[in-house]
Amino acid sequence: MTRVAREFARNAERSNGRSMIVLGAGTNHWFHSDLVYRAILQLVALCGCQGVNGGGWAHYVGQEKVRPISGWSTLAFALDWNRPPRQQATTPFWFLATDQFRYQRTRADVYATPLGKGALDGMHVADCNALAARLGWMPSYPTFDRNPLELTREAAEAGVEAPAYVVDRLKAGELGFAAEDPDAPENFPRVLTLWRANLLGSSSKGHEYFLRHLLGVENAAVRNTESTPEERPNDVVWHDEAPTGKLDLFTTIDFRMNGSALYSDVVLPAATWYEKHDLSSTDLHPFVHSFNQAVPPPWESRTDFDIFGRVAERFSELAETHLGTRTDLVAFPLQHDTPDELAQPLGEVRDWRQGECEPVPGKTMPKLVPVERDYTAVYRKWRSLGPLTEKLGSSAKGIPLLPTVEIDELRAGNGEIDGRPALTRDVHMCEAILALSGVSNGRLAIEGFRGLEQRTGTRLVDIAEEHADHRITFGDTQVQPRKVIASPEWSGMESRDRRYSPFTINIERNVPFRTLTGRQQLYVEHAWMLEYGEGLPTYRPPLNVLGVVGEQLSGDPTRKELHLRWLSPHSKWSIHSEYQDNLQMLTLFRGGPVVWMSDVDAKEIEVADNDWVEVFNRNGVVVARAVVSHRVPPGVGMMYHSQDRHVNVPLSELSGTRGGTDNSVTRISLKPTHLIGGYAQLSYGFNYYGPCGTQRDEMVAVRKFLGEVVY
Amino acid sequence: MLIRAQIAMVMNLDKCIGCHTCSVTCKNVWTNRRGTEYVWFNDVETKPGIGYPKQWEDQDRWKGGWELRGGKLRLRAGGRLRKLATLFFNPELPTLDDYYEPWTYDYETLTTAPTSKHQPVARPESQVTGRPLDLQWGPNWEDDLAGAPERARLDPNLKDGVEEHVRMEYEKAFMFYLPRICEHCLNPSCVASCPSGAMYKREEDGIVLVDQEQCRSWRMCVSGCPYKKVYFNWSTGKAEKCTLCYPRIEAGQPTICSETCVGKIRYLGVVLYDADRVQEAASVADEKHLLPAQLSLFLDPNDPEVREQARRDGIAEDWLEAASRSPVYALAVRHKVALPLHPEYRTLPMVWYVPPLSPVMSLVEGPGSEADPDDVFPAIEELRIPIEYLANLLTAGDPEPVRVALRRLAAMRSWTRERNLGGEPDGAVATSVGMEPADIDAMFRLLAIAKYDERYVIPQTHGEIGLNPHSMQGACGLDFEGGPGSCGAIGKAKDPFGAEPLAAPTGGGAASNVAFLDFRKAT
Repeated sequence: MTRVAREFARNAERSNGRSMIVLGAGTNHWFHSDLVYRAILQLVALCGCQGVNGGGWAHYVGQEKVRPISGWSTLAFALDWNRPPRQQATTPFWFLATDQFRYQRTRADVYATPLGKGALDGMHVADCNALAARLGWMPSYPTFDRNPLELTREAAEAGVEAPAYVVDRLKAGELGFAAEDPDAPENFPRVLTLWRANLLGSSSKGHEYFLRHLLGVENAAVRNTESTPEERPNDVVWHDEAPTGKLDLFTTIDFRMNGSALYSDVVLPAATWYEKHDLSSTDLHPFVHSFNQAVPPPWESRTDFDIFGRVAERFSELAETHLGTRTDLVAFPLQHDTPDELAQPLGEVRDWRQGECEPVPGKTMPKLVPVERDYTAVYRKWRSLGPLTEKLGSSAKGIPLLPTVEIDELRAGNGEIDGRPALTRDVHMCEAILALSGVSNGRLAIEGFRGLEQRTGTRLVDIAEEHADHRITFGDTQVQPRKVIASPEWSGMESRDRRYSPFTINIERNVPFRTLTGRQQLYVEHAWMLEYGEGLPTYRPPLNVLGVVGEQLSGDPTRKELHLRWLSPHSKWSIHSEYQDNLQMLTLFRGGPVVWMSDVDAKEIEVADNDWVEVFNRNGVVVARAVVSHRVPPGVGMMYHSQDRHVNVPLSELSGTRGGTDNSVTRISLKPTHLIGGYAQLSYGFNYYGPCGTQRDEMVAVRKFLGEVVY
Repeated sequence: MLIRAQIAMVMNLDKCIGCHTCSVTCKNVWTNRRGTEYVWFNDVETKPGIGYPKQWEDQDRWKGGWELRGGKLRLRAGGRLRKLATLFFNPELPTLDDYYEPWTYDYETLTTAPTSKHQPVARPESQVTGRPLDLQWGPNWEDDLAGAPERARLDPNLKDGVEEHVRMEYEKAFMFYLPRICEHCLNPSCVASCPSGAMYKREEDGIVLVDQEQCRSWRMCVSGCPYKKVYFNWSTGKAEKCTLCYPRIEAGQPTICSETCVGKIRYLGVVLYDADRVQEAASVADEKHLLPAQLSLFLDPNDPEVREQARRDGIAEDWLEAASRSPVYALAVRHKVALPLHPEYRTLPMVWYVPPLSPVMSLVEGPGSEADPDDVFPAIEELRIPIEYLANLLTAGDPEPVRVALRRLAAMRSWTRERNLGGEPDGAVATSVGMEPADIDAMFRLLAIAKYDERYVIPQTHGEIGLNPHSMQGACGLDFEGGPGSCGAIGKAKDPFGAEPLAAPTGGGAASNVAFLDFRKAT
């Protein structure tokens, strides 16, 4: 390690900062992932690599972020018609919805430094989450223990503004937060629609808890015991009997009969990439690509666009008799890249519930925003570009982008509906996204830089000047992938002779970093961070899971078993769970789920290459073939992540039911400091800042499968 | 001297990431059909490993390729007499177990299963018998050293003392990927093995093909090919093999494996060679001399005398021009960084490989090493592994050409790095590996920068040779008799330009089209 560090530094010195750390998503799965990030940032900062083309921090995570982000977010979240949207950080959501919090054995204070002041003393992780919800740090939906449509009606009847009414009820203790009683039936999530995701087969950390508590699958393989009375939360209600089967309706839109579709009430068959028009890009690659329809969607499948359109249409029809027009109340967390970052200054935690401050929406608690919803108009709105597009513009990291001529261009190109630009076809949607984003529209990029100039007092417009007339249309992307333009939506300085590299604008043009200090900031002075001794990035080892939950072996003295650290890297034979059930991909390796292990470990439990093994712990059971290789270090078991359980998975000896996915032996392990919000750069941003679904510090037991292989 | 031109390939193993995209696209285009389920014209093997089919490199067992007997080149599996004796039982034929039993899944279950206690699952079943299959082997079972501690020692390249130095330990692991297609050899033993004369090497571009109409299912080509790249289609009863995607090559396009290569490791170009000396080169006594002997066959496309002779031998001007830009000639002959696969088989293979520097670097930079990563020359000199392993693979055991190639690659790395850092590269770096600075720049361009049209320099086939092009005018699409695409050409008594009329396709239209494109048969 010393040698790598020296080489890294020597190379940075010789190359003026062209040493790079490519950071993959893998680190996000570790409990102390934030420290890993901060250590990397510190390393590249100390070596002068940040903001240098060819050096710095290459953040290979979150490729679901798209380059034309302004236009995309405007349309994806219906910001052209209604604001703010409800967007939830999934880690705390599933932590509660799948009742994984009921199996939490450690309290938040176990990670505290002896020098701490007791900021987290006695708190359960669910208590931390409840605090984060009521202080406006994190989104938390459903927010209250009553329907917000009812709350606004009550407020209107009382002749009070809805936000004031809600604050009043909260203060009086007559209204609660759902996060404080997630197991009460009125707080269950009831309807789940899954699109462009394989929740159960891929991302469900704590898969078996999803099956048991969310879906009510009878033979879910959870073997865990719940928290003891003294380990339970203080501020979150404990129901003696854990709910099972919280969902009423589970719909999946997919083109594969995968682990999610198999458990769904309704499966809507979707078109694949070659059966529809769409845009494709990531935040890491400087091109926008198109998808095009090579063949029409076969059989009953429809494009995503069509599916949502049809659902919206039918929903609006039903709304005529069921919902009509109502006022909603959105509890909106303190937002990243807005003045909300200054809402709770000095890194101090003040809880209005404890009387440490007054509950003030947008300051000491979430913003409370009434939104009028005409449910009968959902389809009509869905079919055209709403007026907020040009009235409020889109916000790119706090820099407003205001379309003007683009609206008329879209009106001319897409046609009109109710006087607005039409979005009746998928291609219209693509055109609108490209028109409304700086990266694909030089005029908007220049406008954005002009706005940033006003904020920073630094000349910036010249960065995009060579692209002033540049305008990428969907037709352009159909001819060939198009290189995007430097835009304040991002922090690179792409030009004719230069590729994207993050933070180059900050370094070369002195645009402040979006931190409390405006600089690359290593020290974070938040009470919870200091409590953990993590004011500065420091090394912390993986969690001592076995020390907390005890050994995970089966207890059968006749069986040879051993513990392994459970890693789930990306597969070579699939993209997440996609393609894994493809015959060519399965033929090119071992034809089903595998667990890689070292020959040293395999020998100890008498496992030969290609033997069936069972991998298990308190969370569940996996049945897979062993791949024995000296390329794997001893002590580690590796199963490709998102190995679904629908191809070549037999029944388990141990559980008597189908072997699981790689996540059958994991459980969300939420780090409380990830919940911090309302404080400078530690403020919630959808898909940017929030708690990681950490599951990787897990330990499993492994043994040879001795029974008959039965499917 | 008789000059012939061949489209040859080089693969840069240093850039192969083992993604198998080549295998998948090849499979989807060529062998995704009945009778060829187990066939991969292109496969990618992890080395060390035993490969596909199992231990294909063990010629003591398979008896593929040639050997010198009494100073004369003979098929290892024996001449005509032995062929005749074993005509109905060929003991050197790999069985399905040596390849693998192809399988699929009962995918239907996933959509049709009734409500059940356990989640439905698609089970593997044999594509041969249709019965449930307990998977024990596949075409890429050893990917990334999977199962290597138990099996990799059986890799036939681990011989002559190399096996003593290869440790199957975590800290000492070394590996690389070996993508393989047909070698389209200058001296193909499959062709020589065929009792029916069904296999041939095309004069115009060197591509080795099986005439599907001539093939009589003897399968001597399967055992005769030491690379095990001729396969038997159990459904048609004919031999099949990699065609170097000749319909694409004829149109000036790269093979599908090259076109889709993610790592851009593949190069295709023309090599001119002296066909009169092929036999002589394949017959040199010492196996280690086979590489220089084969190199001596390759002719300098810029030499005016060579060009003059080539013209006399019927090679078109644009082919000579392409030969002068050939990336294959540059890497194999000019820079000497590409080497043939198992030259000791004496087939004079025409798919060559740039040996991988990365396993060397990982050992140099690995745990406990004190070597300077900017100066790997001493390490290349000292390392026995993987140099001797690579020598067994690429140079009939002679480590020197491997060392030369690796030192040149390392010199290129150090040279370009110095320039990248703004310094002036030391000319001594080039001369120390016997190169001029300009050569290093050219090699760097080819290995690191080269775009599509520099990696694939493929002249189009001259369709006018041996065929009256007028007879084909308009003959496309709906070219059945009387169809609009035939333009009246089919079934007409005589075309206006005097060519013989085309025969109407008989039986399967596809087979006729293949013959149609293959102008060797049209002559």
